[in-house]
Amino acid sequence: MMNLTLKIWRQKNASDKGQIVDYPLSGVSPDMSFLEMLDVLNQELIEKGEQPVAFDHDCREGICGTCSLYINGRAHGPETKITACQLHMRSFKDGDTIYIEPWRAEAFPVVKDLIVDRTSFDRIQQAGGFISVNTSGNTQDANAIPIEKENADKAFDAATCIGCGACVASCKNSSAMLFVSAKVSQFALLPQGQVEATDRVLNMVKQMDEEGFGNCTNTGACEVECPKGISLENIARMNREYLSASLKG
Amino acid sequence: MSGILNSSIGRKFAMALSALFLMFFLLQHFAINILSVFSPDTFNEVSHFMGTFWVIQYVLQPVLIFGVVFHFVMGFVLEIKNNKARKIAYAKTSRAANSTWMSRNMLLTGAVVLAFMVLHFIDFWIPEINTKYIAGDMSGLIDPANTESGFRYYEELVHKFHSPLRVGAYVIAFVLLSLHLLHGFNSAFQSVGANNKYTNGLKGFSKVYAIGIPLGFVFIALFHHFTH
Repeated sequence: MMNLTLKIWRQKNASDKGQIVDYPLSGVSPDMSFLEMLDVLNQELIEKGEQPVAFDHDCREGICGTCSLYINGRAHGPETKITACQLHMRSFKDGDTIYIEPWRAEAFPVVKDLIVDRTSFDRIQQAGGFISVNTSGNTQDANAIPIEKENADKAFDAATCIGCGACVASCKNSSAMLFVSAKVSQFALLPQGQVEATDRVLNMVKQMDEEGFGNCTNTGACEVECPKGISLENIARMNREYLSASLKG
Repeated sequence: MSGILNSSIGRKFAMALSALFLMFFLLQHFAINILSVFSPDTFNEVSHFMGTFWVIQYVLQPVLIFGVVFHFVMGFVLEIKNNKARKIAYAKTSRAANSTWMSRNMLLTGAVVLAFMVLHFIDFWIPEINTKYIAGDMSGLIDPANTESGFRYYEELVHKFHSPLRVGAYVIAFVLLSLHLLHGFNSAFQSVGANNKYTNGLKGFSKVYAIGIPLGFVFIALFHHFTH
């Protein structure tokens, strides 16, 4: 069992200034997940009549992209290619001090404590992250269109982006280019995505800029911290798509 | 096409193009300067050609000045915009875990290179412009009245590297330039969309370029300092 000191960002609401608050927590099992450890802390806070720490979570198995904790200076904590809900307390040791903060970006305003508003990602998706398919009953079988294996694999890899926002949180510039490039790439690599390709990349990048995300300077932090290992290759592809679309449009 | 420079990707692309141009310029600058070590006469001949050929003086030189100014101004503009994208900083960050020092400090290394360029312009460029276009001496000779006096370029170069303080400043600036290039070289290719099966090979070449070229300039400065 471990004894920890948690330094957690507490903020009552979007307009509150917020601050880091220290919470000592004892009897933490190394087998607990990180979110279970927060559940234990919250139970203690509730029993003491205090407000529990608000944090985002849903599937708790690394596929929904809901959890969003900046733990000890890294998105989703010290391990790579996992989300915060897949992080376990065995990654820490007895006596550790753990900073737990929300994603920091002007485009991700804090709603309460560790919960941020990521609807800016939704608006980027709505700007072009889709294909228009007739679903009236005579839709063509997708398998009837041959797709080169390499492109199919790359499109699938891009489509594994869960939109958690770790790329933005990790980037020193709060850039969303890894997320947007994954969404652009998953369609750009497939024939079904070609019809709307020009409008898609122009509109998604325009929306990304309007949301106030920063400019990518290719530090590569996003790729390292992405729980799904989305590659920087996607950003290069989006740059090509954007420049080509700009020349056409 | 309209408004491309107002977009984040457009600015990235423009920054990368100016960087690629400047890296090409640096390579040709080094190729000429290293001649001063092996053959002062050839160095003089090439310098005179570069300093008097109208295409270089009136076409490429203004393009170069524009490229330098654009790259620096855009660098600062992007930094300001990026700082606005996160107004509240994290209480704790572990940036070394996911990115290199060079990639995170391009503004710092770039600012030192900018300071060096001011010194470099005062040392070489302004006197050169003064001699050629203010005093009107296009001869390139040590003594314009004496055609036997020989070209002045090598003498001027050697003279500048007498001062240990100046040589020290050059060495520091080129170390910072090397750090700038260690991230900048690959970053420029990534920004223009070149990330493919050749990227790993390019990364290897970028290290050779980013360390080799500045080291070469340092060698030239130290060579002339200790041999004259």
